Amino acid sequence: MNHVLILPILLPLLTGAGQLLFYRAPFAVQRLLGFASTAWLVLLGLWAIVTAGAGDYLIYQAGNWPAPFGIVLVLDRLAAIMLALTAVLGLCCLLYASGGTDRRGAHFHALFQFQLAGLNGAFLTGDLFNLFVFFEILLIASYALLLHGGGRARSRAGLHYVIINLAGSALFLIALGTLYGLVGTLNMADLAQRIAAAPAEDAPLLAAASLILLVVFGIKAAILPLLFWLPRAYSAASAPVAALFAIMTKVGVYAILRVFLLVFALGEAPVNETAWNWLWPLALLTLALGGIGVLGSESLRTLTAYLVILSVGTLLATISLATPAALGAALFYLVHSTLMAAAFFLLADLLGQQRKEGYDRFSAVGPIGHRWVLGSLFFIAGIAMAGLPPFSGFVSKVWILQASGAQPGGLWLWGILLASALLVIIAISRTGSSWFWRPGEMATPYPLRRGLLTLVYSMVGLNALLAAFGDPVMAYLALTAEQLFAPQGYISAVLPEATAPTWEVAP
Amino acid sequence: MELLYAITLGVLTSCGTYLLLRARTFTVILGLTLLSHAVNLYLFASGRLVAGAPAIIGIADTMADPLPQALVLTAIVIGFAMTAFVVVLALKAAVELRNDHVDGENPDEDRT
Repeated sequence: MNHVLILPILLPLLTGAGQLLFYRAPFAVQRLLGFASTAWLVLLGLWAIVTAGAGDYLIYQAGNWPAPFGIVLVLDRLAAIMLALTAVLGLCCLLYASGGTDRRGAHFHALFQFQLAGLNGAFLTGDLFNLFVFFEILLIASYALLLHGGGRARSRAGLHYVIINLAGSALFLIALGTLYGLVGTLNMADLAQRIAAAPAEDAPLLAAASLILLVVFGIKAAILPLLFWLPRAYSAASAPVAALFAIMTKVGVYAILRVFLLVFALGEAPVNETAWNWLWPLALLTLALGGIGVLGSESLRTLTAYLVILSVGTLLATISLATPAALGAALFYLVHSTLMAAAFFLLADLLGQQRKEGYDRFSAVGPIGHRWVLGSLFFIAGIAMAGLPPFSGFVSKVWILQASGAQPGGLWLWGILLASALLVIIAISRTGSSWFWRPGEMATPYPLRRGLLTLVYSMVGLNALLAAFGDPVMAYLALTAEQLFAPQGYISAVLPEATAPTWEVAP
Repeated sequence: MELLYAITLGVLTSCGTYLLLRARTFTVILGLTLLSHAVNLYLFASGRLVAGAPAIIGIADTMADPLPQALVLTAIVIGFAMTAFVVVLALKAAVELRNDHVDGENPDEDRT
């Protein structure tokens, strides 16, 4: 058994605990510990990508208890991608926070590590109840991180965020109780087999449990009726925290993928069809609402929050087509949109610091310092965000359009996706022209933080690199999608002794 | 026993949901607490209700399912921590925003 697999959870957990214990140590020590842990996570993420790239499943049995009885961690390609993405994003956010944001409240670094531990755990676990526990770990860390820095807006947004997530946790437990009461297990692989073999009279209850889970993950991912907490929460959070939260909605998307392509995917009449039928129109509406919200935002951070909603809508609409090609395209878009949303939250802070009044609000019209440097950065980042060439947003969107064109209803996706892309371009170019073009040069600009500027530049550069090396990336993601649509491999890796009958995999 | 249990669950859940939809933070927290009680009882019942049976194999003829008990224990601990957090957050918000409406502003009062 390879013990490296539990390190992405243990390392940030222990680092965070150490930072809490020695919180009186000099601040530089706290930062250094955080950097060391997060840098190691990046290396572990790369290791995970290489290891999972071979196509095998890596299993870690906690306490050496065999699969349906103990908790297993499972590393497959999807988990590896999410681990690496979280680690890279975490490192960027931590670097940005060290520009001074981390001093504005207590225990920033410890909470940050706990958040990473919860995220990594959620991506690795192969047990549904354990997924709930890691959700709670990442949520409680995110509650405190959202409030980091204090202030009225954060308290108000925090209250909504915490209450809706607590209600979500209650629903999660109801779904888990229903599933356990019906089939008597919570291991995902075991669940998949037993749900497929469940008698027909249990089908409505199973469908109900699956839809409750969809609601829970929908709250996390921000699908249409459940997304109204997001703009306020994300625009109230401090910049590095909001940037880290860019991955939080993707946790919901990950959980939807994992549960509906594994747990409810098998059997003659698979349960997940109901979920796909609900998800498709809701995701399209989410996408449309994201586009409208982007155009109607009052500040750059709210605009970015609606861009997050737009990306979730795009992702889930593509995923609910439920074909391997569409899923591969969606995964590419997931990586792109997470990176760019984070970069935009950081950019909003950089720009806001250079404005005399209004911070990042559009109503304020005043000169901005370092017009040319920041303007060109905004221009490039805007192009990358809107999905124009040569950035990976363009590649992933073209792939999504290609994969969905032949599908029934694919034209809906084409229309709404392209229309909201147009709205994004209008909103971003309007911001750019009113901030950089119209007002003149500021007489005495505020000092520019070169390090933070370079960081945002390199995040956009990373996005361009993904497009430049699009061929291997797309090959990897296509294999990931294939692996997700063949859950038999997952089941036989987790439960080697089970004689798994070969069910047809549901589309 | 099942009927009594189900009625209790139903009453707890409906009271919890009603309170959750109120406009003041205190009632919302009460609603969340009732809801989490209901959820804990529901999880407990998912291993089927048996009376007088230990949760250990080999002591008696019938035994209770030990797993829901472990799950409930975890859920109780997490729910307790979350309730404590949301109470502190609600107090903080009430002090900072000068009222205890969940939106942070009281629609009945004149906005000045």
